[in-house]
Amino acid sequence: MSDRVGIIGIGATQFRSITPDVSYKELMFEAAVKAYDDAGINPRKDVDTFVTCAEDYIEGTSIFDEYVPDQIGAALKPVHTIGGDGLHGIATAFLQLKTGRFDIAVVEAHCKPSNMLTPDGIEACGQDPIYNRPLKLNTHFIAGLEMNRFCYETGVTYDQCAKVVIKNRRNALNNPIAGRAAKLKLNDFKYAESVSCPLTELDIAQPADGAVVIVLANESKVRALKKEPIWVSGIGWCNGTATLESRDWVYLNYVTKAAEMAYKMAGIADPQKDISFAEIDDRYSYKELQHLMALKLCCSCNPGQCVDNGRTEINGEFPVNPSGGALGMGYMYEATGLARLYCAVEQLRGNAGKNQIKNAKTALVQGWRGLPTTSTAVTILNA
Amino acid sequence: MPKKLKSKTQKARRTRQETKPQSLTPNLQFMGTGLSSDDLKKGKVCTTYWIGDTKYAWDRGIAIGKYLEGMKHGKILGVECHKCGRKMVPPRIFCEWCFKPIDNWIELFDTGTVNTFSLCYVTWDMQRVKNPIIPAVIEIDGASKGMGIMHLLGEIDPKKVHIGMKVKAVWKSEKEREGAITDIKYWKPVK
Repeated sequence: MSDRVGIIGIGATQFRSITPDVSYKELMFEAAVKAYDDAGINPRKDVDTFVTCAEDYIEGTSIFDEYVPDQIGAALKPVHTIGGDGLHGIATAFLQLKTGRFDIAVVEAHCKPSNMLTPDGIEACGQDPIYNRPLKLNTHFIAGLEMNRFCYETGVTYDQCAKVVIKNRRNALNNPIAGRAAKLKLNDFKYAESVSCPLTELDIAQPADGAVVIVLANESKVRALKKEPIWVSGIGWCNGTATLESRDWVYLNYVTKAAEMAYKMAGIADPQKDISFAEIDDRYSYKELQHLMALKLCCSCNPGQCVDNGRTEINGEFPVNPSGGALGMGYMYEATGLARLYCAVEQLRGNAGKNQIKNAKTALVQGWRGLPTTSTAVTILNA
Repeated sequence: MPKKLKSKTQKARRTRQETKPQSLTPNLQFMGTGLSSDDLKKGKVCTTYWIGDTKYAWDRGIAIGKYLEGMKHGKILGVECHKCGRKMVPPRIFCEWCFKPIDNWIELFDTGTVNTFSLCYVTWDMQRVKNPIIPAVIEIDGASKGMGIMHLLGEIDPKKVHIGMKVKAVWKSEKEREGAITDIKYWKPVK
């Protein structure tokens, strides 16, 4: 039980708006081959357990776990799919390794939103069928409600939200796998089409296709393989209420609870001092600020100031989403959290190229399952 | 004592299944009172309605894309792994046993052997039919043992279908073919 868990291999495809050349199985295969090569293992011999993360509605196939083993080397091996963000998959694999029953675990998450012809209709299936769906609202309305109340209570301005988008999409310019990089100016937001006021089109992370595979091992296996791992020193997850009618639209206590669980496990007393940078969910512009606040990573009571004073820039005091986040790399549904984790590992290994943060030792990675959920997972990584 | 008798019957039934092929004559007696979709529409049951707008278009990818392209030309294509020696159909770009890229493409025959079949007396949406639809797994000639295509049998009396039966693909005309598994209409017995 005392064995630590380390990440020994990572693999990801390019994240692109469309991938008509390959099937989802072929996307997964590419990411898996890269991850196993990185870890220096043979999945057929060395991996003991596989966890994949997928949502049937997004895939368009129910009981999706049926379709995952072959392309990740899991045929006739312990494998199961969870309906959760990729980081929930990391939590699941972490627990499996902690049992002592397994030495090496693999987590996979992918997404091919370009195959969804009616993404709005599919996302609407996440709304409560009796209380909310009869109102026939596009699911983005929930983000509109949340952004409105969040900005109203915290004093965060729409310009500050826009600055999150500018920062993240600019960071993505130097991320070779990012699919939604752009150089934007504040002025561009004047022309952005309104989706669910105050939310504009530019505030929403655009979807991307891609796959991510992560290889984890317990400490004795890490030593046996002579790998330089990135340690998973803390992990936490939590859900808030499902009801839109009674949830807190400003302070995300489920994110705070998940973070506290992870901080406690990692022995982090002062998150702002003990953590070097964060890769967090930014499905919507304001979400990065709201998540920062809930994770206790804000410099003041107004999270908007973090982006105003450059604190969250790559060369700032506390870089946030140096990879470009979902806004810059593309939103990948269940794979979004795993994409954040992939980039955090690259940073901690010192492989982030032009986006490299100096002396990055400890990272916080957070994933959110998107609307209408209050489902989150937090991971602390150590070089 | 009745308990013992029951288990004896079960045992006898199991033995019979193991030794003799069962008759596939369906039992057309149905119990209970059905609930029709009309009952739901007429509000006889308290429900909230939602007709989802959930449409998908899956990219076929490299392996299945080429396979379906082959179908368009009236050919069944497979792939080969030199490491385990398997000739696989439907094709894939990797061997799932060896976890390596496949080595080459091969053309297979459009004949095969029925591995298993069933006589379906219901359509996909549970409408009763008198003449059964006959899905079958057909092991393709030229592919490794156990490698098959999931398809339908036709031009055959349902009573005469059997495991191990040799069958041949009945293709749509070249003009009608569109690069789909339905380019084969069905499989008929080889005389």
